[in-house]
Amino acid sequence: MAKQYETVIGLEVHVELATKTKIFCGCSTAFGGEPNTHTCPVCTGMPGSLPVLNKQVLEYAVAVGLATNCSITQYCKFDRKNYFYPDNPQNYQISQLYLPICRNGKVEIETENGRKFVGIHEIHMEEDAGKLIHDEWDDCSLVDYNRSGVPLIEIVSEPDMRSAEEVIAYLEKLRMTIQYLGASDCKLQEGSMRADVNLSIREVGAKEFGTRTEMKNLNSFKAIARAIEGETERQIDLLEAGEKVVQETRRWDDNKGESYAMRSKEDAQDYRYFPEPDLVPIVLDDAFLEEIRAKQPEFREEKMRRYKEEFDIPEYDIEIITGSKHMADIFEATVALGSQPKKVSNWLMVETLRLLKENAMDPEDIRFSPEHLAKLISLTDAKKVNSSVAKEVFEVMFNEDVDPEKYVEEKGLKTVNDEGALRKTVEDVIANNPQSVEDYRNGKEKAIGFLVGQTMKAMKGKADPSMVNQLLKELL
Amino acid sequence: MNILDMTAVGLAAAIKNKEVTVRQATEAVLAQIEEKEADFHCYVTVDKEGALKQAEEVQKKIDAGELDGPLAGVPVAIKDNMCTEGMLTTCSSKILGNFVPTFSSEAVLNLQKAGAVILGKTNMDEFAMGSTTETSAYGVTKNPWNPEHVPGGSSGGSAAAVAAGECFYALGSDTGGSIRQPASFCGVVGLKPTYGRVSRYGLIAYGSSLDQIGPLCKDVTDCAAIMEIIATHDLKDSTSVEQEDTDFTSALVDDVKGMRIGIPKDYFGEGLDPEVKDAVLKAAEVLKEKGAVVEEFDLSLVEYAIPTYYTIAAAEASSNLERFDGIKYGYRTEEYEGLHNMYKKSRSEGFGAEVKRRIMLGSFVLSSGYYDAYYLKALRVKALIKKAFDEAFAKYDVILGPVAPTTAPKLGESLSDPLKMYLGDIYTISVNLAGLPGLSMPCGIDSKGLPIGLQLIGDCFNEKKLIQTAYAYEKARGAFGRKEDK
Amino acid sequence: MANIISDETIEYVGILAKLELSGEEKEQAKKDMGSMLDYIDKLGELDTEGVEPMSHVFPVKNVFREDVVTNGDMREEILKNAPGEKNGMFAVPRTFE
Repeated sequence: MAKQYETVIGLEVHVELATKTKIFCGCSTAFGGEPNTHTCPVCTGMPGSLPVLNKQVLEYAVAVGLATNCSITQYCKFDRKNYFYPDNPQNYQISQLYLPICRNGKVEIETENGRKFVGIHEIHMEEDAGKLIHDEWDDCSLVDYNRSGVPLIEIVSEPDMRSAEEVIAYLEKLRMTIQYLGASDCKLQEGSMRADVNLSIREVGAKEFGTRTEMKNLNSFKAIARAIEGETERQIDLLEAGEKVVQETRRWDDNKGESYAMRSKEDAQDYRYFPEPDLVPIVLDDAFLEEIRAKQPEFREEKMRRYKEEFDIPEYDIEIITGSKHMADIFEATVALGSQPKKVSNWLMVETLRLLKENAMDPEDIRFSPEHLAKLISLTDAKKVNSSVAKEVFEVMFNEDVDPEKYVEEKGLKTVNDEGALRKTVEDVIANNPQSVEDYRNGKEKAIGFLVGQTMKAMKGKADPSMVNQLLKELL
Repeated sequence: MNILDMTAVGLAAAIKNKEVTVRQATEAVLAQIEEKEADFHCYVTVDKEGALKQAEEVQKKIDAGELDGPLAGVPVAIKDNMCTEGMLTTCSSKILGNFVPTFSSEAVLNLQKAGAVILGKTNMDEFAMGSTTETSAYGVTKNPWNPEHVPGGSSGGSAAAVAAGECFYALGSDTGGSIRQPASFCGVVGLKPTYGRVSRYGLIAYGSSLDQIGPLCKDVTDCAAIMEIIATHDLKDSTSVEQEDTDFTSALVDDVKGMRIGIPKDYFGEGLDPEVKDAVLKAAEVLKEKGAVVEEFDLSLVEYAIPTYYTIAAAEASSNLERFDGIKYGYRTEEYEGLHNMYKKSRSEGFGAEVKRRIMLGSFVLSSGYYDAYYLKALRVKALIKKAFDEAFAKYDVILGPVAPTTAPKLGESLSDPLKMYLGDIYTISVNLAGLPGLSMPCGIDSKGLPIGLQLIGDCFNEKKLIQTAYAYEKARGAFGRKEDK
Repeated sequence: MANIISDETIEYVGILAKLELSGEEKEQAKKDMGSMLDYIDKLGELDTEGVEPMSHVFPVKNVFREDVVTNGDMREEILKNAPGEKNGMFAVPRTFE
């Protein structure tokens, strides 16, 4: 009988924190600047420059640690990790090895086989590297240090996961938690969340772990799932062929669906960590931790429970809305302004999701304000605009966050509720469409729909369809 | 009085009283540089034009009443490991042979705010690694007292420039004795402040946990005045400390009555030149006569300071000097095949032998399998050394001893045996490990005609007691001028 | 000499430190490092059991900056000393991944 294997997976997740400035200097972390325009002597490793820690980085790291049930290291330090590479301007990275800010946490995930915990070994703070761009023309590489010094936390899990499904559930859980904290937007594609997969294989029932490899360059959940599958197979094949798995770092090529070892003679992997002498220890008292704890938001699970109790909306809606902190914030704020929860949820679930999909946007990118959504809902409630006009207005609001009241006023989109004018139009429509009138009178109920449409068209959409319907029936 | 014979504080007073203009002082010192550089080679860079331009600007500010500090208008020399905006900063290394910083170090900015005229950059041991200024890539500096001898190091250029009248005062840096020892060899006053007193921002790091900038100058009064200007709390340097008790000039009091002075017996054992020993003990006697309570004690651990220091300093240096890689600034080798070859060739060609020696040692003691045995062990011994000083300062205000075992050795004598050279740091090094302030001042001349240095060590942030003791001794000793005056 | 430094060690440390020593330099480095380590081994005489390694001498702690952008575009200054530059970036020998 063939041997049964089990995949053992641990994750190293790097998350770019949503600070305004870099971890050790006052340079902006904004995306999209011209190369090296967000740099200074500190983040380009100029001789004589010195780092000073951004307090917000510490607060975010502690917040993530508390949210993932870690114990916080109340005497913590930074260390230097030494290795030469052009994207690393000092040729050492300021990171944490000996006293990381958080340790021994866990998060709960849901899997096919029920709930389980994934342990968090540690979370540490560190600086990101710059970017290397290959220049084909001159056959050289070019370095841009705009990202050098952007703050990261690295969340190192225990080897507690056994499948791609669990890995993705864990990542989703981390992403949701960190987004709720506002500590990062956690976008895999843009690199603000990056996962390295440590994977080993062992026979089912074995106590010892097998030799693991570390897989890098995984830019999407799909790539992660494929890489896990590919590496599992590769390692099983090696073992079956009587060969050994080599402990190494591998790079995943998602186009080819395979990985290759990243090794060279010049890469000794001996980082010579030692305490960073240019930074002083961080000593956190209980009051500081309490302060951060008090600022923790209501996380998704609690929110879902509360929505179920407070709002009469479908469970599916709750899942989607709370799937984004930003969307949940808009929902709650709009409801707080007096809108009916069901109506708010409808706008989010139907029109908002449609427009997000069409524009390839994330819920985090929603720009319209709760005030404007509330106004739009009250316009429709008061029958000042009909539903098709409302959708039209919403789309403009989605794109430009216009005030729907002003917009409807300026564009003259208000429903005409003057019965006299409407009656006149309906009479005209009846007079001009004898065939439809006859069909209706002959029992073709559907024909009235055409007449409603004609009336709406004549009114340039600014009529209340139910009123039109009622008048038509009356006059026919 | 000859301008060049004035102290920094004396010159500033003369400028203030309109007896001398800033331009006259600058021209006088530039002329001296012109005349003496061929003999002593104190500078890597002399910025003649810049100095004259600054002199005009400073004079205007003095005339307008915008500048009236105790050092306004005084020309100064800066050790070449402190960044100076727009002025070549080489660390006396080939690897920074063309490096022009885009910002100035905080200490230099503070001097400029106080009206200093920057003359140029002084020679040093490459990256401050050495005790003789012979490891410079830009030639050897010679001792103005006898050009066949070294000026000491690593701030040898700064010390020699003060001694030769090629500046009125200078900034140096001290990682294991690099201010105090050359001050001693060149017969000038040098102070290594408490770690954290003076901002390290802009100082090109050697051993970050040990490095400290300080003054080299003609007398104790100058030393106090310079300290008042450069001791600031700098938010750009996380290890810079909020300052208290910075009115250093208020400590210029000729009174040591009741001052408790401890003499570590361990500092007077084997290896100490008898002439040095006699001169230092005589200085202690002078202080005793003036009312100080002087007694001998056992400091302990003295012989462990050097191996501790070389482990820690080399480890930090190996990391600090990684940034010199031929990518962002400095030297890049002409021909190379690929990235790693470029790194290796640029660094191997750019660094001198002593620097490479320490980088290799530092990389080794941090490498996998050796970290605990060497680096952590050294940090533990450092804790013990600190404790020994804490115990001493529970009993004494000031510790008194020699700066170096001998006076300045002859050129070329030291480099042949690095270990022997390292042993010369035995009395200065533990001060850096414990973060303490240490002052070096001349206390005699040996039979070869070379100055002998006296070291006063204080507890952390207790520079004022050092200054007071030094001032009282200086009053009793009398002026210790340049060699020409002897 | 108690510490004998092998060719492999010198080679390995050279890779870590990105230094390439000539044959003569290598021999000297082996000798120097060996004698320095012999000297450093003196620390072994001291009992440091239970002594906390001291990396910072003073109890200075919690030095932070606020999360406020203070730096503008300094590209020109940053690139001023670069041995190789192209399109506002540092040009380096081709890197392989």
